[in-house]
Amino acid sequence: MSVTPDDRSASLAGADAPATTDDVAAAVADVCAAHGDRPDALIEMLHAIQARLGHVPPQAEPLIAARLNRSRAEIHGVVSFYHDFHTAPAGRRVIKLCRAEACQAVGCEDLANHLHRAHRLGSGATTPDAAVTVEDAYCLGNCALGPAALVDGELQGRVTAERLDRWIAEARIPRGEAAE
Amino acid sequence: MTFPIRIFVPKDAAARSVGADDVAARIMAEAEARSIEVSVVRTGTRGALFLEPLVEVETSAGRIGYGPVDPDDVTGLFDAGFPSADGHPLHLGPVDAIPYLARQTRVTFARCGVIDPASVADYRAQGGFRGLEAALAKPAADIVEDVVASGLRGRGGAGFPTGIKWRTVAAAEADEKYICCNADEGDSGTFADRILMEGDPFLLIEGMTIAGLAVGACTGYVYIRSEYPDAIAAMKTAIAACEADGTLGDDILGSGRSFRLHVRVGAGAYICGEESAMLDSLEGKRGIVRAKPPIPAIAGLFGKPTVVNNVLSFAAVPSILADGPEAYAAHGMGKSRGTMPFQIAGNIARGGLVELGFGVTLRELIEDFGGGTHSGRPVRAVQVGGPLGAYVPADRLDLPMDYEAFAEAGFMVGHGGIVVFDDTVDMARQARFAFAFCAIESCGKCTPCRVGAVRGRETMDRILAGEDVATNVALVEDLCTLMTDASLCAMGGLTPMPVKSALTYFPEDFDRAHAREAAE
Repeated sequence: MSVTPDDRSASLAGADAPATTDDVAAAVADVCAAHGDRPDALIEMLHAIQARLGHVPPQAEPLIAARLNRSRAEIHGVVSFYHDFHTAPAGRRVIKLCRAEACQAVGCEDLANHLHRAHRLGSGATTPDAAVTVEDAYCLGNCALGPAALVDGELQGRVTAERLDRWIAEARIPRGEAAE
Repeated sequence: MTFPIRIFVPKDAAARSVGADDVAARIMAEAEARSIEVSVVRTGTRGALFLEPLVEVETSAGRIGYGPVDPDDVTGLFDAGFPSADGHPLHLGPVDAIPYLARQTRVTFARCGVIDPASVADYRAQGGFRGLEAALAKPAADIVEDVVASGLRGRGGAGFPTGIKWRTVAAAEADEKYICCNADEGDSGTFADRILMEGDPFLLIEGMTIAGLAVGACTGYVYIRSEYPDAIAAMKTAIAACEADGTLGDDILGSGRSFRLHVRVGAGAYICGEESAMLDSLEGKRGIVRAKPPIPAIAGLFGKPTVVNNVLSFAAVPSILADGPEAYAAHGMGKSRGTMPFQIAGNIARGGLVELGFGVTLRELIEDFGGGTHSGRPVRAVQVGGPLGAYVPADRLDLPMDYEAFAEAGFMVGHGGIVVFDDTVDMARQARFAFAFCAIESCGKCTPCRVGAVRGRETMDRILAGEDVATNVALVEDLCTLMTDASLCAMGGLTPMPVKSALTYFPEDFDRAHAREAAE
């Protein structure tokens, strides 16, 4: 069964310990201080908080608002506007599949259908074991060597269904076995 | 030879996406195992992406190329005598003589793939900073007039004369002005900004610094999309290198003039490629389009006069200052002066970046350079200028790449991205995607775009299902007129362009009566 992004926290219960209130407060304090509490650096701050916690927890919003002397609505408006920011943790491996025209011309829709059929992973979905999250991207700048994907931040070209299967299988190996 | 042989392997993201890192590692391992002294230099890409990973070896006769090199080819290359493996099937001969590269007019991309993008010394040795030195030697107004005289038009898509924009900012009275580089290259089929930032970031820094001198701005921002982690890293490295070198900072090249540059990272919103949405994003806000006037040249970032240009516009400036505006204007046709880095992408055999003077035809780019489709099937449609550009039918490929010629035909040159589709493409689905994309990426400020995109997608779904096709096509056409006339920016205003071109040139794809019959 796949889950939508909003269900991520529920699906992750017991998988990864969620960030504690103290973690969130510390992250917000450190990051905001590092950027001089400047409101124009809000997007940089959100990137930094997401890099540290894996997502931007909703409870971070009022804390950021207080630091920057802005309303919580303004902070929430920014968090919710940008596709990059997630309010719940993603899977251990994130596959961003390009769905834009240049990749459509070389079959990215077939790959998206494959993810759906073979792995029940629609756009924004995470596997129940929190191993893999699949997201759509609209252009990764690899348009001459498509279909393209960003796998854990690494750009990939000439993506095939077999390679997608391999990336998913790698991430789904239970951590205990992987260590052996 | 006593000195280590220099071997060049790109670390461009596209090259890395097909194994360049592994190739570099395997070359070092094989060389060590065979006691061959080599030094591996990581460059940007030359832009012949179909040859990536393209490995180059420095020789007395220039650089010799091998490509595309799979990591598993490396051992065989060494067995055949690499770094001198003339007989190997991957041997391409002198890189400068590879027809794909030899037939281009490289001005902006002359150093890309040649230099180490982390080395200021390399950049200077290859003619870098000549434009900045020339700019420091003349009055600010003369810099602006040089850019005007070159005929340079904004490379981000709109084609507005760069020098005129600079003149407006230079004339504005303010205690602070800004230089903003729009590096939010979100259009599918475009990657020239990325290649430049990864392969020759100093050129962008030099161009932005010259802009600062020209208009009296001391602070610049490069707004790079988060989808380009390699470009972000390359720009940050290059900025730090320039600061250490004294080419950025409070005393540029000992002139007493000041310019500082900052990288800002986007967060996955296509609309932030629109200049006013980008300015809001740079201010830490939602990327919402601003109503114009005032134009950013009068009231831009933080309300101050701001130059907003694309990566390639800034990158064209150093050569204009170094070699004179006449030399730049000598390239091109009509009112489209200079060179344009065209990007051939999608279903294409030899995709990559081709810098040429304006006036080259689509057919030359797709057939002569691109070698036709990757699938080997006939070309059916070509989308030029990104997701908001028209789908050009295969029988119009003799059109010259020129802003005016394209506009007259109802198409758009845009950022010079060319996405090729073969005869399996369903143009009604592409029209639906244009609306769907607009619905996902609309900033939501104006109703024609926010609501029109959703209505367009829904109506296209009915057409695709064969439901009352004639009425629904008329509805789509009506919606297109409204979005074109009433949207606040190009996102809603140009989404109808791909839709209407699909309707005009591929009407057969919209006739879904058979789909309805089959369903019943």
